[in-house]
Formats: sequence, structure tokens, C-alpha cells
Amino acid sequence: MSDDPSFSKPPLPDDASRERLDRMKGRESVLEVRDLGKTFESAQGPVEALRGVSFSVHRREFLCVVGASGCGKSTLIRILAGLEEKTSGEVLVDGHPVDGPGRDRGMVFQGYTLFPWLTVLRNVAFGLEMGGSGRSTAETDAGEWIELVGLKGFEEKYPHQLSGGMKQRVAIARSLAAGPRVLLMDEPFGALDAQTRSQMQAHLLQIWKNVDITIVFITHDLDEAIFLSDRILVLDPRPGRVREHIEVPVPRPRLFAQVPTPVFQGTRAHLDHLIHPPLPTPKVERIPMVRLTVVGDEVE
Amino acid sequence: MPDSKTPKRRSSLWKIQGDLDDRSRRILWVLSFGVPLLLWAMISYVPWIWHPLVEVRDPGDVSWFTPGLRVEKDGFDRANSLETARGQKPATGVPANPVFLPAPHQVAVALVTSFTTAPRLKEERWLHEEMWHSIQIIFWGFFLSSLVGVPLGILCGAIPAVTRLSEPFIEFFRYLPAPAFGALCVAILGINDAPKIAIIFIGTFFQQVLVIANTVRRVEPSLVEAAQTLGAKPRQLLWRVVLPASIADIYTDQRVLLGWAWTYLIVAELIGTSSGITYFINLQAKYRQYDNVMAAILLIGIVGLGGDLVFAWIGRRLFPWRKDAKPGFFRRRKTAALAAAAEEVFA
Repeated sequence: MSDDPSFSKPPLPDDASRERLDRMKGRESVLEVRDLGKTFESAQGPVEALRGVSFSVHRREFLCVVGASGCGKSTLIRILAGLEEKTSGEVLVDGHPVDGPGRDRGMVFQGYTLFPWLTVLRNVAFGLEMGGSGRSTAETDAGEWIELVGLKGFEEKYPHQLSGGMKQRVAIARSLAAGPRVLLMDEPFGALDAQTRSQMQAHLLQIWKNVDITIVFITHDLDEAIFLSDRILVLDPRPGRVREHIEVPVPRPRLFAQVPTPVFQGTRAHLDHLIHPPLPTPKVERIPMVRLTVVGDEVE
Repeated sequence: MPDSKTPKRRSSLWKIQGDLDDRSRRILWVLSFGVPLLLWAMISYVPWIWHPLVEVRDPGDVSWFTPGLRVEKDGFDRANSLETARGQKPATGVPANPVFLPAPHQVAVALVTSFTTAPRLKEERWLHEEMWHSIQIIFWGFFLSSLVGVPLGILCGAIPAVTRLSEPFIEFFRYLPAPAFGALCVAILGINDAPKIAIIFIGTFFQQVLVIANTVRRVEPSLVEAAQTLGAKPRQLLWRVVLPASIADIYTDQRVLLGWAWTYLIVAELIGTSSGITYFINLQAKYRQYDNVMAAILLIGIVGLGGDLVFAWIGRRLFPWRKDAKPGFFRRRKTAALAAAAEEVFA
């Protein structure tokens, strides 16, 4: 399968998509990563997590980062957010190098990180207040962000009264309200059930359409990556390196009906081909003492 | 609403984790006090359980017996057989427990009488007066300890530099038993209430710092990280994230630590001038009025448990974001306004 030439390249985009991608690449780059490296010190010696990672994200681009587990996706996004220190390289936002966390890079985490002691309204107002807004201005603005993520009427609820999907919506609103240039999302829908997850994906695209925001989205779900993004950054594991930078040929607006189309599935097959190396055929030398099948219930 | 036809499921008493239904909980609550009380009552009222002594009713012709005297069963029988052999009138008596184990009703009566009858000497104080004195000692000891211990504990938990600076010494100091400082406290602070308050302070303070620091350290790091990506600076992280994230647990810690303060009270009251509930207990023991002793011990339990229940009740109303929260004392806007005012003061 790995030698099948049809998977070695993603399908070509149609003209409209080609033009859209070119327009995107014509815009200035908001986030630029140059030759980023990260080495962790562990008891067993240094472990290299990232090596020479370089890419740039254009204004209003939706970039997904995918890769097999252990490829350093999460380390990468934590470095971008400033929550982890880089060993080498540079991260630039609007051309200025950044170090440490800041309001210009919002982050939505996989786990629920809403402040449990604050209501939905106060949670969303938090970032605004950190930015120096007065309490009443912050709450007025927060109300608008809550409306944007479709949670009007839940302003006075506490996080423990919300469902998982609603919590992540509030988290998105809270990050966006702080006015970041880039929104970093670390598998934000990973903990949600499949149905809520699809809803949240459609919802996120809707928000992205309405807000001037650039998104870097980490996921291990390839369908999710194709459904959401303009480009996909594929990382190789141990140490994490850029394998390929794919332009997603699936036209926008994205619909779930596009999932079975050849262009979607072709992209999917290409990603699969990059990320999952062909499995080695297991060589059975000895029949295990304990057979897990019922005798006579042999399967091929 | 559950269908009225479906029978209400009772939870099994042997189930692991979770909680029981209301009725079982109430029954078990009553039993948890009822069983020890029943045991006590059985030992006190059932004549063939324990009762190692005989209480003399009619001394007969035994010269050294008086009514109400409690003697060993052997001694009683020997004295009686001697008298019978001499043709004298034997004594009569009933099985009795030692004087230090009064029956429940005697303690109950003693508890009531302690509020109705004046103490035997003029300079002695009423039970409730001694109790009130003890409560004041506890309050000041715990209040002063908390005044320093809670902020220091929070700083220790939040700021690694403060931890490294203070915890090694505190770890050392908490192994020094508070009672060992009794003589020192008296020498420095005199013989009245000050050294007692100091003992309670020493007993709770060091534990307090360590316990609260630990609680604060358990604050979910992702909450701090989320706040950082929203632009919070260290001071804001402390006031607006770490503190509110741990305040409800700190409150629970304080309830546990108040229990510690009660333990040190008994030691504290033995030093310097005798006063408070411990003095009352010791005095009544000297008079061999063990019903009063038990009444006083019972009162400590009632005040301690009662206080804790009150604090738990308040706690459920102080933190409206908790799952077990009850409607708060203040309307939320008011609380929020208070919090905002506090923030401005500290900012």
C-alpha cells in the first residue's frame, strides 16, 4: 500500500479552491515558526521532542497539525502558547519574537479549563479584564461573545452546570474575547462524544467565518483535520519534524456531505499513508498456550 | 419525576462508594450515636454486665460499712459471712459499677444541674462560664494562627521561592510538641490567658501552613495556564486564579484544623493559672463527681460537633460554584461587588 502511487500525493484542488488557497497565501503571515527545537531533560538522558520545525500561518488561515502519537504535537502548541520553553529556534507573532504566554495567543485546551468559581459571563469577561477593560465594559463585550458561540441565556450558569460541548464553547468564547491574533487549540474536542464533536466542528467553522482569527488546531483525527483546515502540517515522530505541508483541496464551505467525496477521501488516504507506516506482518513462531478463541471457531 | 408505580429502590448497605438514599442515611446517623449510647446504657443498667462492686444499702452490723459505700464483691461476701457466723445481721447491697462510670441518666442530670445549681464554693465558676472561657481561648489562638498561617500557607503553595524559604523550618518546628513550650510560654507571657493562647497557636500554626500550602499546590495547573494565555500576570494569577481555586478547600482545611485547636486546649489549660473546662474537669474529679466530669466532656463534644456543623452549613452557602452549594447568603451581584472591592484594595 505504501508504494501505491495514488496515495503519494493529495488530490488536486479545483480552480475555486486553488484561488482561495492562493489568496490566503498572499496574506501576511501572523505566526511564524523558525527552526524550532525542543529537548527535554529526563532521568534517562535528553529526549529530543522537536527538531527544526519551521512553518508560517497566514492571517485567517485554519491550520491543523496532525501526526502519530509522540510526534510532539502538544509540545509544539505549548511552545507556541509560551507555556513550554523552546530549546532553539524562534516564534514570531506579526513579525515580533515572543517568549512566554501572552494575550496575543489564545489557547483552548483539551481538558476543561473554565474557572469553576466564575459564571459563564465572568469566565468570558476574564481575559477582557486582564486586558484592562473595566468590569462593566468587559461584561457587555463578554455577553456578545457568548451570543456568538450560541450560549445566550447561560450567562449566569456555573461551569459544572454545563455539558462538555457547552464548556468548550465557553472556552472558545473566553479565548476569543481576549482579542488574540492566533487561536491555539490543543485537541479541544478530543473529550467529546462523536455527535457533539461533529456539531462543534461545524460550529467552530461558523465562528471562524465571522471572526478575524487565525487558528492552529492540533488533532489526531484525520477527518477532523481535513474537514476544518486550509492546510495540514504533518509531523513525523521521534523527534517531531515537519513531514509535509498539505493544502487541503476540499472546497469551502465545508459540509459533512463532502466526507464521502473522492477529493476528501483521497486526501484522507494520503494522510493515512504519511502517518501510518504499513504494519509489519506478525510472525507467529509458537502457538500461544492460551488461545482466546473457542476451539473450532477459527477465523481467517 | 420517577414513575409512582416503580418501587423506590433502596441502596444496598454494602455498596462501595457513592452515597446512600436519604432514609438509610438518617437511620445510620441515629445509629451512629445510638449504638454507643446503648452500650453505655447496657453496662450501666443491666446488673449482670460488669458491675464488679457492691453498693451497700443497709450496713447491717458490719462496722466499717456505710450506706452508699462501694466495695469489692469478695470483700462484701467475706464481711457478710463473718457477721453471719457470729450471728450478727449481714449487710445488704446491690451490684454497682465503679464511681468513675456514671450511668447515662446521672450524666444527663449532672449536665442540667450544672446550669441550675450554683457551684459549691464561691470562687468556683459555673460549667458554662468555664466553657465560655475555653471557647475564647480557642478563638484567639485559632484566630491569631489563621491570621498569619492562612496567608503564609497560600503563599507557600503558590510561590516556590516562599516554599523553599519557609517549609524546611516549619517541617522541623511542627515536630516539636506544643506542650513542651508550656514553661517557656509562661515565662515569657505570664500566667494568665496569654500562654494558653500561645500553646494553641503553636499547636495549629505549623500544621496550618503545611496543610494549606498543600491544598493550594493541588490547584489544577491548567487553570493557571489558561489564565496565562488570557494575559494574567503573576499578581493576578495569585488573586484571581490560585486563591479562588483553592478557597473552598482552604475553608474545609480550617474546619479540620479547628479540631486540632480543641486538642491543644486541654494542654493549654493545664499551664499557668488553672481555668477553663479542663480546670472544671480536674476539680470535679477531685470531688469524685464523675457525673460532672462526664457532663463536661460531653459538653466539649457537643460544642465541637455543633460548631463544625455550623461551619459546614455556612460553607455550603459561601461557595455557590460548588456542586453541593445551597442558595447563598448574598445575592451574587453583591458578593461579586464585594470581591471587586477587595481586588481593588489589594491591587
